[in-house]
Amino acid sequence: MSPGPSSKGDDPIKALAAGVASPDDVLAHAHAMESEAADRYHELADQMEIHNNPQTAEVFDKMARIEQIHADKLAAMCAERGVTRRPPWEYRWLDPEAPEVTPVEEAHYLMTAPQALKLALHNEKRALAFYETLLAGSPPDDVRALAEEFAAEEREHVSLVEKWMADYPDIDPHIPEDPDDAVAH
Amino acid sequence: MTAESAPAFAAKDFKSDIKPVWCPGCGDYSVLSSVTKALAELQTPPEDVAVVSGIGCSSRIPAYTNCYGFHGVHGRALPLAIGLKVSRPDLTVIVTGGDGDGYSIGGNHFLHACRRNVDMTYIVMDNQVYGMTKGQPSPTTEPDWESGLVPGGTRIRPFMPLVVALASGANFIARGFSGDPNGTAQLIAEAIRHPGFSFVEVLSPCVTFRPEQRNWKHETHPAPVEATNDRGRAARRLATDDGFNTGVLFYDNRAPYMPPVDANLTDVQQFDREFAV
Repeated sequence: MSPGPSSKGDDPIKALAAGVASPDDVLAHAHAMESEAADRYHELADQMEIHNNPQTAEVFDKMARIEQIHADKLAAMCAERGVTRRPPWEYRWLDPEAPEVTPVEEAHYLMTAPQALKLALHNEKRALAFYETLLAGSPPDDVRALAEEFAAEEREHVSLVEKWMADYPDIDPHIPEDPDDAVAH
Repeated sequence: MTAESAPAFAAKDFKSDIKPVWCPGCGDYSVLSSVTKALAELQTPPEDVAVVSGIGCSSRIPAYTNCYGFHGVHGRALPLAIGLKVSRPDLTVIVTGGDGDGYSIGGNHFLHACRRNVDMTYIVMDNQVYGMTKGQPSPTTEPDWESGLVPGGTRIRPFMPLVVALASGANFIARGFSGDPNGTAQLIAEAIRHPGFSFVEVLSPCVTFRPEQRNWKHETHPAPVEATNDRGRAARRLATDDGFNTGVLFYDNRAPYMPPVDANLTDVQQFDREFAV
């Protein structure tokens, strides 16, 4: 298998220091993270639309558009430096997928818009943690500069989503009951 | 990293505009993503790829790709694909389906596709249940899995697809997990590159009828040993593994089967005349 995500039990600080060691590595990872997050939010928005859940679809669609703006900005930075796309299995994420990407299994057809926002907040926090873990490994100055810049952006995103979530102080963690459940009991 | 020209195809170039209708949370979304990522890495133009399937949730994949697609008859994806590949060897042929379609209705075709060793890649999204028809047990369902439809469970020993594939002559055997779409993309890319019949079993949870399969993310793990090309060693490993080892588990170098081309049969009109009634 790929070197891809570090093995369970690996020291995350050492794993990232080894896999994200140059400014080009940071840019490549940042771009992949944002573009894969945008793609997944698009997919989730489509899923909710197909399952007649327009309010939640709107949240995912909004997140997709925001992530796409970041992905486009990073694509321009990568192009300027000649940083090209890598095979998806060569990125050194700490989990199987990039930290800002919502795992597929987190979605549910009856999930509410506030629950979607909660997922988005979790993703932004994981993205921030990625850069903070990278910074904890005492990287070279040029890597540090980029990681600090991206960590600051992720902090802003965390604050932004938290601001949106202020309208929903008590988010019910349970998925609403389906009166026409597919499962035979 | 040096500056290079941008690749011609990205993963999104292999996706169609049709929105999948799978249940949100289904592992098949990730497998679709893995297939398109693998094709993007191989840079095979979409018009040079054919995706063939049978029936079932996972068999909907051809419609969601921008490649040539054939959504075939239940369990008959493999013979369809074999016919296509031997008549159009220039195409990259990928077969997709589920455990019911591939191991039950299409079980006999599975054996002979492995044996025949035509150059193609067979991806089975195994969720150990018939999801499209509301949750009946499939050949890979555990004997003690109970539901309203199977009180007391089936009490039948599950089918062991990797062991059967090995015994039947598959040229490449791998297991992936939908929760690791990037790792699965790598397996699929390797399977497509490998000559002959490549079989990739992907554990792909059905969150509707088997919600407990969400736990697979804690159970799957990279195989602790390197892939082997020794069929005897692979047999021992596959027969005794825990069902959650991921990675390439076996590869062989048998020459792919390709029938001799009969120049006369390339004349389609003549072929038509032979079948005229």
